[in-house]
This record gives sequence, structure tokens and C-alpha cells, in this order.
Amino acid sequence: MKVSKFATLLVLGLIVATAATGCRKKPGYLTPLPGTTPGTVGDVGPGAPLDTGKTTGSDIKPEDFGGITSNQPGAHFGWLEDASMFKQDTVYFDFDSSAIKSGEKSKIASVADYLKGNTKAAVRVEGHCDERGTEEYNRALGERRALAIREELVRLGIDPTRVDTLSYGEDRPAVQGHDESAWRLNRRGEFILLTPP
Amino acid sequence: MKIPSAPLLCIAAVLAASPLRAQQAIVIEKERFEPGKTKPILVSLSGLTGEAAQVLQFDLYVQGFAFTNADAAQYLLSGSINGNLTGRATDRYSKASLVAKSYSGGTLRRQVHAFADDFVKALGRQGIAQTKIAFKLDTGANSEIVVSDFDGFGMQEVTKDNSLVAAPAWVPGRLALYYTSYKLGNPDIFHHDLSTGARKIFARYGGSNMSPAVSPDGTKVAMILSKDGWTDLYVGDADGGNVRRLTRSREDESSPCWSPDGKWICFAARINERRALCKIPASGGELQRIATSGVLNPTEPDWSPDGKWIVFTSMMRGFEICVVPAEGGTATVLVSGEDPSWAPNSRTVAFARREGGRRVLSLLDVPTKQYKDISRVSGNSGSNSQPSWAK
Repeated sequence: MKVSKFATLLVLGLIVATAATGCRKKPGYLTPLPGTTPGTVGDVGPGAPLDTGKTTGSDIKPEDFGGITSNQPGAHFGWLEDASMFKQDTVYFDFDSSAIKSGEKSKIASVADYLKGNTKAAVRVEGHCDERGTEEYNRALGERRALAIREELVRLGIDPTRVDTLSYGEDRPAVQGHDESAWRLNRRGEFILLTPP
Repeated sequence: MKIPSAPLLCIAAVLAASPLRAQQAIVIEKERFEPGKTKPILVSLSGLTGEAAQVLQFDLYVQGFAFTNADAAQYLLSGSINGNLTGRATDRYSKASLVAKSYSGGTLRRQVHAFADDFVKALGRQGIAQTKIAFKLDTGANSEIVVSDFDGFGMQEVTKDNSLVAAPAWVPGRLALYYTSYKLGNPDIFHHDLSTGARKIFARYGGSNMSPAVSPDGTKVAMILSKDGWTDLYVGDADGGNVRRLTRSREDESSPCWSPDGKWICFAARINERRALCKIPASGGELQRIATSGVLNPTEPDWSPDGKWIVFTSMMRGFEICVVPAEGGTATVLVSGEDPSWAPNSRTVAFARREGGRRVLSLLDVPTKQYKDISRVSGNSGSNSQPSWAK
């Protein structure tokens, strides 16, 4: 595929995606997330070494490298987390999609209203997927769902530094099960209320 | 059938003349295999029973051998255990002795693995029976990173965080891993030195830090980050510095891997609403599509160490392990499964199979399509997935 053609397709895709979500100014696109420098939050703590005597060990000498330079803490580390406040506002998605459905927008508006009335609070959006996808594909898809919700919050006037995102992929299903009745409840974005300690 | 069997016939002919030249002929056969259509090489076994026989049969089955009786086999294997293992391998046609060794030390399993490797090496191939895999063990609510021998034995948990982990990736040639951990409340990427247990944060940016893939020389790590507002492909130095963004699109990118020369990063993307495998220069530049004709929704690519093949998962009705020439072309569907990882021999891959509600790991010989599940040792009753084969 030629570059120019690909670029055109990419731009077209962008236009289609933007049109589909209905946000003409696409305010949230490429809004950096808070805490964009690597930071240590306490110590990672050690993991276990591998006892190579127990198995067929390798004689290769590992090399150590320098530590992480920046020590900026996460933007809302240590804040109190409340997963129940916005339980009714969990946003559901279509299969393999991160587009916000029109019927789901009022839930995001309700969270935005709360944040407008509680200016010290922040929110973490957690994206989830059903099991019909490979694990790392789903991890990325869950993040896009969280980011799409974040963009909608930003469009509604919430400062992007008040909205964290993360993805659990398919690792934290809301409902166990292997059919659409479970899947439709697992394709979701949940809101965790964060308040300063 | 005619094409793949032709080299085997040649080998048989050359073998009869000279065992030395036969080895060269087999090297050629190995490099020209046709995925999924190659016939297994027939071997027979005498003198070993029980665990020793099981270990040898597993080791060779997942490298494209099939066991038959001595009248039909191309190679005759025999062993005896008198405290230690004595192993022999003979070519039935040329009568040449390929292996005649006794093994001491370690366990019986290790001695048999070493014998399997010696036999495979005598045929001009790379042995894999003493290699390791890392994978994700789902313990119910949580998951941990575990490392085991390639056949599932000797399993050890290397994380004990009671958190979630994902996507372990070996540093080539070193006893070290990168993986995603949720231990600090966010999906971050850790570096874990397996010789000391020491861990460091590699990437902890806002949003999700996902899918690390280490360059063949160990100096760079490709990954998927969302720190700039969407999920894109990034590459950084092994210590976490110099993180650069390689893609800028609202389309999705996932599951990067490296070409063995370190020049390209291959990943799954969506172009114009259709999923495709792509590659981009590791230093940044133009995206190129890798054709995977005949299958849909390719994801989770892994580039073979010899540079010739890309194995990947196709998401159609279910998940299928497929392979395509690295330059792109017609894809071959191999078996149902997902998340393939090449062994260092560039012919066996580890992958995850769904069985009921959980996943099990299996090893697939790509040329013959033979596959067998790895053993579940005690303590491993959960879902096993995301294998990474140490190279």
C-alpha cells in the first residue's frame, strides 16, 4: 500500500470516527493524561528470583541497568476511592467498539454534573471488555473505551487533569458467563470517584 | 503432498550414501518447510518406559517427530537407565550412529531433555528441550507471572503480588522479563531481574502501559501506551528512557513484536475499518501493511527468530493460530488457539487454547501441525495464557 493512499485512508478514518462520535471540535483527542512521567509510588517491591537449580537453568549473566530517573508520583495517588457512587452510571458498549452510544451519554453527563458540583473530586474511568477478543487486544480496547468516556467528560467541560483512565481488558468481568447476556454487561466503562485524602 | 515429501525422499537417498551430507540435506529441508503440510519424521524408541519415555516422546513430538515401530522409522532411538541415562540414536538407512551418550547429574527429566537435544542437533536443528517459557497464571481473582521449563514442569511463581499481571516478555539471552503489573493500582510495565528478583518500574505513565516487547539485542522495548490520549505504539530504551511515539492515529494498535534484525516493529492495527498486520521502522517512519490473505482480523503477531515467518492469531468465528511469510502473502490456518510465541528453533510455537471457561497452554510444531498441551503441575489449576518463549 502506498503511503499517500494510506495517509488518505487514515485521515478519512479519522473523519468518519469523529463524525460517528458527533463531536465536531473533538476536544479530548490527544489530551495528555495526568501523571505522564514515570513515577514511583512507594517501592515496587521485589519479585521472586528464579531458582535455576530446580530446573534447567541458564548460565547467562544478567545485566543490570540504571534506575528510573523521574520520581513524579501519580496524579491522584493516595486519594480515597469510591466505586459505589457512580454504580448506576456504568457505560455500556457495542461489541468491539469504543464509540459512546447516544443512549449512554446521559450517564456521563450525570458524572460530569457531580464533578462540576464537587470541584475537588476527580474520577478514574476503568475500561473493560467481554472475553471475545485476544487478551492484549482487549486491554487496548478497554483503554480506548475509558478514553472515549474521558473525552466526553472533557467535552462537557471537565478539566482533563481530573480524569484518570485505565484498562482491565477482559480480566475483571462484571458477570461470569460465555454468552451475550454476560458479554453485554462486561463491555463497559466504570467510574471510580476519587477524593483527596 | 508431493512438494513437502520430495525433500524427505532426497534426504533418505542422501542418507543412504553419507550421514555427513545427510545432515546438510536436512538443514535445507528444515528451512523450506511448508507450514501445516509437512510430514513428521518417523522415529522409534526402545528400552525406555515410564517418565523417561514420556519426556522423550513429548520433546520430539512438538518438534515434528512421530513415533512408530522400528520397521517404519527413519531413526532408531534407544535408551537404558542404570542410575543415569544412556541414549543412542541411529539412522536406520545408513546405520550411522548419530548419538551415543550417557548422561549424569540433574534429574532424569533433564537427562532425557539433553538426549532429545543431542538427537535434534545431530539432524542439524536447534534443540529446545532445555528452554523456558514464562506465562500468565490466572489464580481466580488475581494472576501471577510464572516461569517453567518449556514442557510445563518446574513451574515457579516469580510474582506474588495478589494483583493482576499481563503479557510477560523475555529479554533475549538474559534471565529477565518485562510485564504489565497492576500492583501499584495502574497497569504499569515492570522490569524483573530473575536472577536476583529485583524489580524496577519501566513505564508508569498515565493511562495504561501495555504489551511490552523487547528488541532482539535487548536495548529497546516497544509497547502500547495511552499517555497522549489514545492507544498508540511507542518505543523506549531498556531502562525506560527516550520513549518515542511511533504511531499517531485514532485507529487501534496492539501487540507489538520485533523483526529479528531489530529493524522493524510489527503490530496489529486497523486500517480503514479493517484489521491488518503492519510493520514500522523501529526508529520511526512509514507504516507498511503485511498481507495475510485468506484470514480476517489478524492480531498478536510474533516474528520467527530466523526472520522467515510471522505467526499470529486470527479472530474469525473463534481464534485460529495462523502463519504467513514475513514479507506477507497467503496465510495458513494451523490450529484453534491464540497468542502464539515462537521457540528459538523457528518451528515450534507455544500458544493458548480455550477449553471450557479457561485457557491451557499447548506447543505446536508449525510444519506438521502436531500439538500437545504442556503439563499442568501441582499448583497450576487456573487459566494459563500469554506464553513467552525464552530465546
